[in-house]
Amino acid sequence: MPVLNWIRRHLVVFAAIAALVYMTIPNVVVLVFSFNKPKGRFNYSLNTFSLDAWTNPCGVGDMCTSVSLSLQIAVLATIGATILGTMVAFALARYRFRGRAPVTGLIWLPMAMPEIVMGASLGTLFLNMRIQFGFWTILIAHIMFCLSFVVTAVKARVMSMDPRLEQAAQDLYATPTQTFLRVTLPIAAPGIAAGALLSFAISIDDFIITQFNAGPSTVTFPMFVWGAAQKGLPVQVNVIGTLMFLVAVVCVIAGQLLGSRRKARS
Amino acid sequence: MTQQTTAPAEPTAATASGGAVTLTGISKTWGDFTAVQPLDLTIPEGSFFALLGASGCGKTTTLRMIAGLEEPTSGTVRIGDLDATELPPHKRPVNTVFQNYALFPHLDIYENVAFGLRRRGIKSVKKQVEEMLELVELGHLARRKPHQLSGGQQQRVAVARALINRPKVLLLDEPLGALDLKLRRQMQLELKRIQTEVGITFVHVTHDQEEAMTMADTIAVMNAGRIEQLGAPADLYENPVSTFVANFLGQSNLIEATVSGTSGGDLLLSGIGEGSLAMPAARCATPAASGDKVLAGIRPEKISIVHADDAAEVPDGRNRLTGRIVDASFIGVSTQYVVNSPWCPELAVFSQNVERDSRLAPGAEVVLHWNPAHTFGLDAAQDIDAGTGEAAA
Amino acid sequence: MTAIATPAPAPAPGDAPPAASPPGRAARRRKLVPYWLLLPGILWLLVFFAAPMVYQASTSVQTGSLETGYQVTWHFATYWDAFKEYDVFYLRSLIYAGIATVLCLAIGYPLAYTIAFKAGRWRNVLLVMVIAPFFTSFLIRTLAWRTILADDGIVVSVLDKLHILNATAAIGLTSGDRVLATPLAVVCGLTYNFLPFMILPLYSSLERIDPRLHEAAGDLYARPFTTFRKVTFPISLPGVVAGTLLTFIPASGDYINAELLGSPSEQMIGNVIQSKFLTVLDYPTAAALSFILMAVILVIVSVYIRKAGTEELV
Repeated sequence: MPVLNWIRRHLVVFAAIAALVYMTIPNVVVLVFSFNKPKGRFNYSLNTFSLDAWTNPCGVGDMCTSVSLSLQIAVLATIGATILGTMVAFALARYRFRGRAPVTGLIWLPMAMPEIVMGASLGTLFLNMRIQFGFWTILIAHIMFCLSFVVTAVKARVMSMDPRLEQAAQDLYATPTQTFLRVTLPIAAPGIAAGALLSFAISIDDFIITQFNAGPSTVTFPMFVWGAAQKGLPVQVNVIGTLMFLVAVVCVIAGQLLGSRRKARS
Repeated sequence: MTQQTTAPAEPTAATASGGAVTLTGISKTWGDFTAVQPLDLTIPEGSFFALLGASGCGKTTTLRMIAGLEEPTSGTVRIGDLDATELPPHKRPVNTVFQNYALFPHLDIYENVAFGLRRRGIKSVKKQVEEMLELVELGHLARRKPHQLSGGQQQRVAVARALINRPKVLLLDEPLGALDLKLRRQMQLELKRIQTEVGITFVHVTHDQEEAMTMADTIAVMNAGRIEQLGAPADLYENPVSTFVANFLGQSNLIEATVSGTSGGDLLLSGIGEGSLAMPAARCATPAASGDKVLAGIRPEKISIVHADDAAEVPDGRNRLTGRIVDASFIGVSTQYVVNSPWCPELAVFSQNVERDSRLAPGAEVVLHWNPAHTFGLDAAQDIDAGTGEAAA
Repeated sequence: MTAIATPAPAPAPGDAPPAASPPGRAARRRKLVPYWLLLPGILWLLVFFAAPMVYQASTSVQTGSLETGYQVTWHFATYWDAFKEYDVFYLRSLIYAGIATVLCLAIGYPLAYTIAFKAGRWRNVLLVMVIAPFFTSFLIRTLAWRTILADDGIVVSVLDKLHILNATAAIGLTSGDRVLATPLAVVCGLTYNFLPFMILPLYSSLERIDPRLHEAAGDLYARPFTTFRKVTFPISLPGVVAGTLLTFIPASGDYINAELLGSPSEQMIGNVIQSKFLTVLDYPTAAALSFILMAVILVIVSVYIRKAGTEELV
């Protein structure tokens, strides 16, 4: 039968669509249930349509504080990880030095290790040094694991840069500092931006490492969700979740448009 | 194998003194690989100088040492009166046109061209930039970005960006490699014209021997880190001193022969075939006495080919060989024959297609003849295939 | 205009080579630049990543309690006790992570393949759809599965009517007519959470394949599936290895999915470590368990990498 044949030839595409549906359904559920007014404390079955959560997103105590805390940490961690990571990436991509293999290994390990191991061991360190858990310990941990991602993103970009561009700048009387500021940095910028974006996304959503290093009184948004999950998630959580999704989609689309517009102008 | 001729270079009006490049004992080694053997080279001011050779011969490395982009393992670099050996690239009065132009993708054409001026602290660049863009006929594209320009246009921007700084020496690293044939020919003439107009020293690196011969006043042929021969294009072509140069510039027939005697100013050579060939003794690159082996060289376009039936028409005093045509290729302008002869298995003959003789087809018996004065001689100890690009190293 | 060129005479064996330009202070300073660049970042990682591992090791051999304080007593028995008591949890974690990885590969490969070769204009849209969910709170999304797999929800009732639940219950994947709080739910959640980690490396290595290779294979009499088996899949192997590692390793230490979607009988080793560290406050045991997990993963990964034979992962 021609229909069966058609299906068989396009089996891969059907499988792909099924996979995509599998990946997207939860987001849809989150969106739909943000308009729900649950019967009891638990928001698991549809009840009545309501815009309450959207009109009063911060109605739940402490949730918005936790969101703002997450944002603060994410911004600071991004700045820290981007600066440190960009420096390391440049060293790896442009210079010769001894100890390249251990450095590369040290950068790669945090990306490959289970978060629980990293979180637990860092938490143990803080305990042993009698450092109080709180905002700063969380920030330190976030910078630690975002670093590697920034290095990877920036290094990829710098290595794809034509080294002759920097030589041309020197040939045209630019001192090494001027070469870096006027040629290397601007061209590497998209890679640095990608690393920063990645770092922000990872930081704002991190739970495991945060839980091990936050202490009892500092609550980031993921920790708030975790704590509330047992008692019943307020609908506002769905609102925040949907907002995060929309912002992410807008950012990714904007990034793609910028990239393609640059190419289209030729 | 050394060439020593001195002629005082005449500074043209546009140059201040100091545009000559003197390399003394320059060499470059990485680990146990030597890219450039120690060499001395003086490039006179205001000349169009070409470094010619195959990939990996060390020509680009030599150029980069002049630019300061490569640190010499030994030796000194002088630019005019200035000892530039220790100077970093941004302190040398040299500019480079890179192989794939290396235009800054994040700056527009105007800013690319103005880059060097700005780094030197010059505040008002507008007039100079606009003048330079007019010189290369790109004034209307000043605000475009490099990726919006064609290859030929990018190349002209690269030249403009370098020239605007009035360097003492302009270095060009195979700048025409990425262009298609017609555009390349155009740019060759264009660059030659600019050099004559501006009058500064150009040092041009290329692997294209036609390009070098078209553009340069002087060519240095490099092979495996050494300069094989240096001189004017016609000189190098007609009087090669090594098999590499003979094979790399154009094409040569190299015939193994032994010196059997002399006659007047000529050496008489005998080989596997019958008869003997004459060669002016002055055109033999190595001193050869009776009994020595030499390679007799003759360029394919210098040979005339006639059918064996017309052998009687060959004038006296010509070198003549008999043979059989193995291949005949019609190129349009000329016909290229490959002839099998007792003297040499594969002789190449280029014959201009003025009148075509239809008897000259594969399998035909022919007589080849040429003016003995066109023969040159090379040391038989050399690799007969050097420079042909066929022999694997 | 002529130039003078003489090849300099080769230095006789006894000669010293002409002096190379002596390394000036500027050159020496230039050599130090990479070290200065590396210093802050590497220091940070050494202090907050590497050193803690050492502390972890030392903690695991300490004894004591919160009241009496902890002392390093080289009490290696902690390791043995911990492993003996929780060996089931390790096994369970590895099994769940393994199944999830295989599922991610099975589900993610067609998607990556489609995006790389069959998407055309939709390629960027599809990539956005893969990446964007990754940027939103994974806790909220995992909790959404509670809604999807709710006992009185559509999915469960459909599965029940089709008697699939009876089949899965028979092999122990689900129990009764529930999906939540069963192994199936946990594996489902793990798979869902780690799909992007599988898809992106796969896509990145598939995307590099020249589609003309497929044409060449077809020209040489290969049927589509044969082309896949003999050409596409082998070339995409580095991506497969990277994807499976990026999925398996974090999944084996995960405890979120087990906590949110499973019951106490689905607890993974991550749950144990978390409880020991944050609730029971038994730091030595938590440290020991953590180390054993690391060791197990290291062994499995090394064997895997050697078998798969790719070295360039970074």
